[in-house]
Amino acid sequence: MFVAWRDLGFAKGRFALIGAVIVLITLLVGMLSGLTAGLARENVSAVTGLPADLIAFDRAEGDGGPSFSDSAVTEGQWREWARAPGVQSAEPLGITTTKAETGDGASAAVSVFGVRPGGGLGPVPGGSGDDSAVLSEGAAEDLGAGEGDTVTVAGRELAVVGVGGDASFSHTPVVWTSLGAWQGIAPPSGPGVPSDGTSGTNGTGGGGDGGGTATVIAVTTDGSTDGGTGTDAALADTDEKAGTTTVAKADSLAAIGSYTSENGSLQLMRGFLFAISALVIGAFFTVWTIQRGPDVAVLKALGASTGALLRDALGQALVLLVGGTAAGTAAAAALGAAVSGSDVPFVLTPGTVLAPAAVMVALGALGAALSVRRITSVDPLTALGSAR
Amino acid sequence: MSLELNEVTLTYPDGDGRLTALDRVSLDVPGGTLAAVVGPSGSGKSSLLAVAATLIRPDSGTVAVDGVRVEGAAPARLAELRRRRIGIVFQQPNLLASLTAAEQLQVMAQIDGRPPRKARPRALELLEAVGLADLADRRPHRLSGGQRQRVNIARALMNDPAVLLVDEPTSALDHERGAAVIDLIARLTREQGTATVLVTHDRGHLDAADQVAEVLDGRLTAPATTG
Repeated sequence: MFVAWRDLGFAKGRFALIGAVIVLITLLVGMLSGLTAGLARENVSAVTGLPADLIAFDRAEGDGGPSFSDSAVTEGQWREWARAPGVQSAEPLGITTTKAETGDGASAAVSVFGVRPGGGLGPVPGGSGDDSAVLSEGAAEDLGAGEGDTVTVAGRELAVVGVGGDASFSHTPVVWTSLGAWQGIAPPSGPGVPSDGTSGTNGTGGGGDGGGTATVIAVTTDGSTDGGTGTDAALADTDEKAGTTTVAKADSLAAIGSYTSENGSLQLMRGFLFAISALVIGAFFTVWTIQRGPDVAVLKALGASTGALLRDALGQALVLLVGGTAAGTAAAAALGAAVSGSDVPFVLTPGTVLAPAAVMVALGALGAALSVRRITSVDPLTALGSAR
Repeated sequence: MSLELNEVTLTYPDGDGRLTALDRVSLDVPGGTLAAVVGPSGSGKSSLLAVAATLIRPDSGTVAVDGVRVEGAAPARLAELRRRRIGIVFQQPNLLASLTAAEQLQVMAQIDGRPPRKARPRALELLEAVGLADLADRRPHRLSGGQRQRVNIARALMNDPAVLLVDEPTSALDHERGAAVIDLIARLTREQGTATVLVTHDRGHLDAADQVAEVLDGRLTAPATTG
């Protein structure tokens, strides 16, 4: 690094320029990562917060995968899951997005999550009547409502018995209510539900005993089955009997249409930024290495080993990369902290700031490595008799 | 300390055939001796120097640097020979723009795996020997052509080489400065005990040499002892 350090100081302008580019790209990647995570949280936090391992969807007909918007499960399917071996609990969960209003005219789009009171899936306490609701903080804020108030959801009046949590689904705050109330708000529909819309059997299996319906079944396993993938034979057998498609909770996020499209677009942008940074850094070091060619030839003629010259050049690239990335990450963290408390959905965690920085350094180093390898082909003979 | 070339032949591809750059050249330079090799452009002087510097492998013949035979040696071994036993004074100073005069010498320690900081006293000593003690912290763009060439010479001596190869050191200098550089090389050759080969097309500086050989069309005349 003897020559590399001095080159950094001597060619300040050039290195400052590429350093600034690295800082800005890192800042952009960091902000995008925080926003992606923030938007994802608004999309899926109600699902990721469920105390369950698996989510069972009504088996979709056609080639589409599981979907929260299309799924409708019957009580029969729920009962089938509830008595399945290896299953600790199976709770029906109704989900619908609709409009909520208060008496003083406030209104907001909300996602209504219908759960069995006291079932443990949501904060609706046991003994609550069908017409009670627990508002997430976002819903309470949007509606200006609190405990003791009444909110009207899709024409049905619900008494607010509590406010808590920051669950949201598909960018709308969650209103927890009883499964019965949810069924009144969102008349069940879907391939597994008979046309009377209240009960029925489903698909090839199903309990067939009628009763209430829901959107999905949240399943908690006792650990004896492979709850992580849902490929365990017992679970597959239950799926077959119940006519459901079961996936791990983490995988069920792909069944939220808005999440899949939004997250996919943002991740694509992030990927392009990573690729651009590697290309920009690679291009810079390609030009820099070509400019240094005569110096490299002299050093080789004087006896410097190719390995030492490569280490020198890569070390220089790493100094630049780590320095630029650190500055960009610090800027992203500062900016993220500033906007975190506002309406901007931004998540500031090591995962959203440090992980992209590490990827930036790794890809930048790869770009630099591909560029400086031309050092190996510099002929020291060119130093003899050369006119520089 | 010595340099021995024995029956060295070197050819280059030239169209469908091959051009003979060195034709069975033999040269023996003992330590403390300044051997001048003169000849017109294209006669093979630079090829002779490149072979002696281990930068080109000859087609045939043997080269021994400080008693070490170089034919068949791996590139890493040749690089080690260059940094430990060979000093090269380039035709143009070929100094690194980002380094000061002292650092141009310290870098020789660095490429030899030694801490450059510890090599600074030796660098200053050599800079003093070439009359540049007070310019040690200047970068090349603030040195004159003659001063840069003297840094070039001092750098070549930094690792106490057994063999010093000097390539047309006066080509970019006026006569007076060129003569000073040749005198400096002759003095350092005797002081350091190096086997020095000075390649030049300028016959005006041959008085300082102990041996003079002429190369023409790749063939070397038997060295004549001067003085």
